[in-house]
Amino acid sequence: MGFPMLVPFSPWCWLLLLVVLKCSEASSDLNKSTNSTAQHEPNVRFAAASSEADEKISVFALDYDYVQIPYEVTLWILLASLAKIGFHLYHRLPGLMPESCLLIIVGALVGAIIFGTDHKSPPVMDSSIYFLYLLPPIVLEGGYFMPTRPFFENIGSILWWAGLGALINAFGIGLSLYLICQIKAFGLTDVNLLQNLLFGSLISAVDPVAVLAVFEEARVNEPLYMMIFGEALLNDGISVVLYNILIAFTKMHKFEDIEPVDILAGCARFIIVGVGGVFFGIIFGFISAFITRFTQNISAIEPLIVFMFSYLSYLAAETLYLSGILAITACAVTMKKYVEENVSQTSYTTIKYFMKMLSSVSETLIFIFMGVSTIGKNHEWNWAFICFTLVFCQIWRAISVFALFYVSNQFRTFPFSIKDQCIIFYSGVRGAGSFSLAFLLPLSLFPRKKMFVTATLVVIYFTVFIQGITIGPLVRYLDVRKTNKKESINEELHIRLMDHLKAGIEDVCGQWSHYQVRDKFKKFDHRYLRKILTRKNQPKSSIVSLYKKLEMKQAIEMVETGILSSTAFSVPHQAQRIHGTKRLSPEDVESMRDILTHNMYQVRQRTLSYNKYNLKPQTSEKQAKEILIRRQNTLRESMRKGHSLPWGKPAGTKNIRYLSFPYGHPQPIRRDPKVADFTGDDSSDSELPSIMFKPYPRTGTLKKETQEIIPMKSFPRGGKPCHFGYPRNTSQEEHVGAGRREALRPKPLFHAVDEEFESGEESEEEASAGGSRWSAEHRPSKQYHRSHSPLLQRK
Amino acid sequence: RGPRHFNLELLPDAPPGVPKEGTDLLRLYHRFRALDRNKKGYLSRVDLQQIGALAVNPLGERIIDSFFPDGNLRVDFPGFVRVLAHFRPVDDDDSGMRDPKQPEPLNSRMNKLRFVFQLYDLDRDGKISRHEMLQVLRLMVGVQVTEEQLESITDRTVQEADEDGDGAVSFLEFTKSLEKMDIEQKMSIRILK
Repeated sequence: MGFPMLVPFSPWCWLLLLVVLKCSEASSDLNKSTNSTAQHEPNVRFAAASSEADEKISVFALDYDYVQIPYEVTLWILLASLAKIGFHLYHRLPGLMPESCLLIIVGALVGAIIFGTDHKSPPVMDSSIYFLYLLPPIVLEGGYFMPTRPFFENIGSILWWAGLGALINAFGIGLSLYLICQIKAFGLTDVNLLQNLLFGSLISAVDPVAVLAVFEEARVNEPLYMMIFGEALLNDGISVVLYNILIAFTKMHKFEDIEPVDILAGCARFIIVGVGGVFFGIIFGFISAFITRFTQNISAIEPLIVFMFSYLSYLAAETLYLSGILAITACAVTMKKYVEENVSQTSYTTIKYFMKMLSSVSETLIFIFMGVSTIGKNHEWNWAFICFTLVFCQIWRAISVFALFYVSNQFRTFPFSIKDQCIIFYSGVRGAGSFSLAFLLPLSLFPRKKMFVTATLVVIYFTVFIQGITIGPLVRYLDVRKTNKKESINEELHIRLMDHLKAGIEDVCGQWSHYQVRDKFKKFDHRYLRKILTRKNQPKSSIVSLYKKLEMKQAIEMVETGILSSTAFSVPHQAQRIHGTKRLSPEDVESMRDILTHNMYQVRQRTLSYNKYNLKPQTSEKQAKEILIRRQNTLRESMRKGHSLPWGKPAGTKNIRYLSFPYGHPQPIRRDPKVADFTGDDSSDSELPSIMFKPYPRTGTLKKETQEIIPMKSFPRGGKPCHFGYPRNTSQEEHVGAGRREALRPKPLFHAVDEEFESGEESEEEASAGGSRWSAEHRPSKQYHRSHSPLLQRK
Repeated sequence: RGPRHFNLELLPDAPPGVPKEGTDLLRLYHRFRALDRNKKGYLSRVDLQQIGALAVNPLGERIIDSFFPDGNLRVDFPGFVRVLAHFRPVDDDDSGMRDPKQPEPLNSRMNKLRFVFQLYDLDRDGKISRHEMLQVLRLMVGVQVTEEQLESITDRTVQEADEDGDGAVSFLEFTKSLEKMDIEQKMSIRILK
């Protein structure tokens, strides 16, 4: 394939050169500085003419030692970011290879530069830094962005697969390698069983999420997705636990006389470490959720609380030698639900982005370090060990996948097909975790550490590049999708219609899960947990007005582009256009097809979508807004014209359309009738109806009157990486709070828009029959908000 | 009546194709009851409109309409199931052993196509007029497409399918234009098996 990214390449090619120059300059300065004996600034450029003993004040000097570590770290991160920008500029690349490939390449590049300039790389990576600072953000991000409902629905399979899979892989690879090591011909006899087992445990730490982006368009089904995600999540934790236990073993018995008691103790320790970690995490999660209940006046510290408590859970667990990774994961999962309800919208966005940023930085640093150590002199290449490692990795992964899934399929309602299992097998890509663990092996216990590191590097490179690049085509091949058939316009339209129809009917059917457990948990959650952990309903007036402002802009645009002019929805022209059968040229047909493909609404994605390195902007939100706005308009149009609604409802019935959720007081608040003047001035203080939401009590239930409530649930939050994957259907729940809260934030979104339109068009028709009245509740208090309605120059 | 006492007598005259197995029907019944907020025993439009995801589906209203054929205002459980039965996956051995004297099962290809057809054909005249096609197209397309483009696309669509030149697409023409498509797979929902 060509590389049309040469054009964007050149700007940051220059930057790259700059970096290289800087580094080499720095290194040369470093050399000079090591030679100088002066205590003060080593480089005096503009020295005074007289060479006196005491130094003059130097006008220009350089002190690289002082800033070396942060400076280089920052440069690395910046370099990786530039590389990512370049990577995404050529938009086909992300679908071809996982982003880890890119990070590794950048790392190797930096390593080459450092090696080439003989620079001493800063000691970024040692055991405490890794485990204390670099690892927690990565794990936290994984735990936070995990979709809870599918996770818990598949939790049996996930635990079975992730837990046992890691163990089988670790011990399998370790034992097989041990057997290989016994063969004298390979010169590996000094590697004993424990070391092999340890190596097995660290090499079995997979990072399959990295490849998810590659086959995202294949729309893997939800359980498969959860399997991969769940494995990534738990795998790290289990590997680290195993690693620590085996290190303890290695320290304990240097001469391999391990008694069965020790092994039993090891197993017990494994379980305790795991469960204890989770327990700690849950406790900290609840504490932090509780605290966020009270932060409404100081929302700036909300992200701080979230991060600090998660980190604290990690540290607390580590203090007691429990699994910090599992603790932080459990904390994130527990905390997420309640924190999301409590914190303000900006804090929520901040938390998400900051989390992504931190984990991205960590991972970048690890990969760069990996690159640095790749290009170095500290390798030991042993053909036998490396080749067999590779081979055994694949073999044991295949064994574990097919065996474990065979068993778990017996218990599942929707078993995993062989195709799914192949995908899971092939997504066993190793990542930063394995490398870190290998790098941090204590040299005293592992005299052949270099060999292990080399082998780990080879496995990582192999899996990331070869498997990562080929998994895309493999999945597409397995998917058997007939995408290259040229369909007629007719077919395209009908296919899309059927997709929408199917999605709609699926929504009507709802989610079918194990009712009992889930319902019980939900009841418990509502009755106790939610009362303690979430805020009492407070008017979130600042959010409301913010949303109103945002929505208004879009509404203005939509009106101005003439979309919602009434002619668009008019009744058919009485005079039908008389059109002869025009012969359309193929180009016309092509262009029509293009128009259709690009403009037809996407079917609502029921499958999850997660990108490890990016938070994708929500394109479906725009689409949803358009649909809703249009729908409201049609309804209003038909109401206004006095038509009975297309579905035959008599116009005079008491159909009060509420757009807010009038919990408790379904008062039809009258609007201020003075909506005559619209200026384009945002700050005009026209007497417009104020939209004030009284956020509904969370545990309240809807007053069940004959109200037509235009539903706006399952509106995604802006920026949420998981799309509509799981509409928590309110209709399924008796308690409105749970489902409606999903709509709490975006609710003003929609309401605001419609309000504006309403005031524009309907000013003279307030008393329209059947009333599209909607309630906007006045709040005659200091939080009276005036909605600006600069809109609506009627076209 | 609790779910435990649920039995098939509720569906005395269900046409073949409606699921009769216990568990699926039970789940649908749970869902029906969950949707039926006021415990009326039937569903009205409001209940279906409260499914949030349907509100952001471009065809949301029409899908809801399809649950209320013939201008009914209510749908009871058999009616609910009847509509959903159209989406059952087709078993291959069903078609082989089918007794030709029995009415076609609801999830046959013909009936699935009929279901889709009535989404287009609002006035139930058995034909999709150009205007109806235009309306559907408008629903499904984003706001950037101009009216002229929509009109020409509609023209083209009708033209492709229309064989007898009456400017509208009858059901047979509709079926014919989709004969290459795998309707059975597209219009099947796995969980309704």
